[in-house]
Amino acid sequence: MKLLTLNFLTCAIKTCKTNASSFPLHPRDAELEIQEADVNLPFLKNILPRLMWEELRTICKELGLPDLPPTPPTPTDLISGGNSTDTTEGRTQAEQEPSQTAKDLHRVLLETCIQEGKLVCGCCGHEYAVKEGVANFLLPGHLV
Amino acid sequence: MPEYLVRLAQIHETFRKAELHALAELAGVELEIVKYDDDSPYCIVHLPSDAAAKQVASRAMLIQGIYELWGQGSTYDEFRSNVTETSSTKWPTYQTSTFSFRIERYRGVQAPAEQTRAIIESFQFLGFKGKVQIKNPEASFRIFEEYDLDAKEPKYLYLGRWIADSGRDAKNTYDLKKRHYISTTSMDAELALLTANIAQAAPGKIFYDPFMGTGGFPLACAHYGAVVTGSDIDGRSIRGLGGSARRGQTGKKNVEMNFQQYGLEGNYLGGFVSDLTNTPLRLPSSHGVTTETDFAYLDGIVCDPPYGIREGLKVLGSRETLLPTERATHAAQYRTEGYIPPKRPYSFTALLDDILTFAVSTLVPNGRLSMWMPTANDEDVELIIPQHPCLELTSVCVQAFNKWSRRLLTYRRKRASEIPEGALEEMAKRAYETGTRASDLNDFRRKYFQGFREFEDMKKEFIRMKVGAGVKQEEARAEADQIQEAKVSAAEKAELAKKEVEARTKDAEAAAVKAEELNERFNAEART
Ligand SMILES: [Zn+2]
Repeated sequence: MKLLTLNFLTCAIKTCKTNASSFPLHPRDAELEIQEADVNLPFLKNILPRLMWEELRTICKELGLPDLPPTPPTPTDLISGGNSTDTTEGRTQAEQEPSQTAKDLHRVLLETCIQEGKLVCGCCGHEYAVKEGVANFLLPGHLV
Repeated sequence: MPEYLVRLAQIHETFRKAELHALAELAGVELEIVKYDDDSPYCIVHLPSDAAAKQVASRAMLIQGIYELWGQGSTYDEFRSNVTETSSTKWPTYQTSTFSFRIERYRGVQAPAEQTRAIIESFQFLGFKGKVQIKNPEASFRIFEEYDLDAKEPKYLYLGRWIADSGRDAKNTYDLKKRHYISTTSMDAELALLTANIAQAAPGKIFYDPFMGTGGFPLACAHYGAVVTGSDIDGRSIRGLGGSARRGQTGKKNVEMNFQQYGLEGNYLGGFVSDLTNTPLRLPSSHGVTTETDFAYLDGIVCDPPYGIREGLKVLGSRETLLPTERATHAAQYRTEGYIPPKRPYSFTALLDDILTFAVSTLVPNGRLSMWMPTANDEDVELIIPQHPCLELTSVCVQAFNKWSRRLLTYRRKRASEIPEGALEEMAKRAYETGTRASDLNDFRRKYFQGFREFEDMKKEFIRMKVGAGVKQEEARAEADQIQEAKVSAAEKAELAKKEVEARTKDAEAAAVKAEELNERFNAEART
C-alpha cells in the first residue's frame, strides 16, 4: 500500500472515528518498499489541498523517512520554475515539469509502500495487520 | 453551433446519452443532442468545434466515430440538395486535399461494387480535385445509409467528414479473456470502462471501489488516468489466494498484477480488506457539509455492490449480541492465523443507504457515485432508486436481461449551497425508519432473486418451447410440473429438456441454441 493511502485511513471502529487521536494510524514494524512510477503532476496538484499535512509529517517521522517541509507546498511550488511567475502562466499542463518539491512528494506518497507491518490506532490501540502490501481492517467479533 | 454526426455503437442503448453528456461535461464543452433514437446508431449533436468533438469522442466507449455533418435526407435527391445547402461553404477548403469517400450501410445488405461507385460518383458536385487516397487522407468522407430491417431502400442518409475515432478499442485491450486475474463476478470490460466514463474518471482524480473484487472498476478508472484504490470484505480477492476464475490457470494472481499487466501500477494506491459498514476510511463530512479543515477527498466512487442475490448479503458483526465469554474468546483469538471475523446477514436497502451516506461524506463537490443495482422486470415491483438530499441523480442506465435487469445509477455530489435547508434533518428521520423499510425490501430480494422466480420463469420458458415444438399446452405444463416433482438434478433436467426440444423442433439448430440457454440457466440454478 502506497503511503498516500494513510492520508485517508483511520480506525474502523465507529466510536474511535470521532476521536482526533484515531487519525493518522501509526505504522509499526513496517517493512517499506519503493515502487518507482512516473511523477503524476496533475494528480499531485489536485490532491494537495486534500492532504492532512501535519499527520503526514508525523507518519514520515515515525517511519524514519526524510522530513516533509513544515508547511505544505503551494501548487506553483510543484512546477519547475514555478516561482518565476512569468513563465508558467502561458504553459499548458502537458508542458509543465515537476519541481524537486513535487518529486520529493511523489517519492513519499506514491512510491513508498508498506509491504508488511501493522497500523495502530492512537485512540484504542487496535492493530491492523499489513501483509503483502494489503492492510486488513476487518474487525474481530468483540469490536464490531 | 456546428452540427456533428455521432456514429454510436448499437449496444447498451440507454447508456449512450449518459456517456455523451458525462464526457462533454468532463471535457468542459457544451453539447446538445439534436437527434437521437435508441433504435439508431446515428445521433446528431451540437458541439462548439472539431476539437471539442474530438475530445468528447476520443475516449468514448459507445461511440465509434464522430463526423462533421455535411447533409442528410430521406431520399438521395433530398439528401444531395441538403448537402449543397449545408456544406457548400466548406467545399473549397477540401478542394485540393487528398481524400477518401466511403459508404456505410446500417442494417442494409452489401451492395454490388458498381452501385457503390455510382453513388459516390453522384457526389462529384462537391468539386474535389485532390487525389483519392485510402490510407491517411487529408479528409475522409462517409455516406451513412440507414435501413429498416429487410428493407430494399435506405430510410435515411447522412454525409459526414471524419473528425475522430473513439476509445472503443479499449474494450479489446481489457477483455476479460486476456486479463491476468478475474473472478466469476467480474464485469465485462466494456461495461467497466463505460462505468468509468459515466463517472468521469480522469487524470488528476482519485477513485475508489468499496467492493473491488479483482479490481475491474479501479483498473478501468486507471485506464482513463485516475489514481485508484479499492477494498473488499474478502481479502483473498485482493491478495489473490483464491486463484483465477479462468480454467487451467495456476500460480500467483492478484489485483496488483492486473495493474502491472496494463502498465498502470503507478495509478494503483493498493487495496485493503474492509467492510463498508465499518469502513476505515475517514468520514470528513458526515453531515453533508465539508468544513474548511476537514476535506472530502474522493472524486469518484464506482461499484457493483454485492446484493447477495445467491448467497445472501453479509457484513461484519454477529447475529446476536455476544455474551461476555464469547467476546473474550474473540479478543483472545483474533490475532491468530486463520481467525475469521464473524459476519451477519444485512439488508439490501441498508447497504444502499450505507453507500449513499459514505459517498456524501467522502465525495468532493461535483464528485460522482456510479453504482450498479439489479432489479426485476416486473410491474409489481416499484422501481427503487435510492436518494439522498446531498446527491443529484444524473443518469439511470439499464442493461436488460430476460427476466431481470441491472441499472447503473449515477449521482453527483451537490455543493453545500445546493443542499436544501432542512433536508439533512429529514434524512436523519428517514434513517430512523430504515428498520421497516429494510425488511420490506428483503422480501423483494427473496422473492425475485432466490430460486423461486427463476424456476417459475424457466418452467414457463420450457412450456413455451415445448408448445413451439408442437406439444399441447396442457401436456407441456404437466411435463414441466413432473420435472419439478421428480426433483431430478438440475443438470439432468437440462439434459432432458435439451433432448426433448431437439427431437420435436423442426429447426434442430435453433432448438440447440435455445436448449443451451436453458441448460445454462438450469446450471445456474444448480449452483445456488
Ligand atoms: Zn481505534
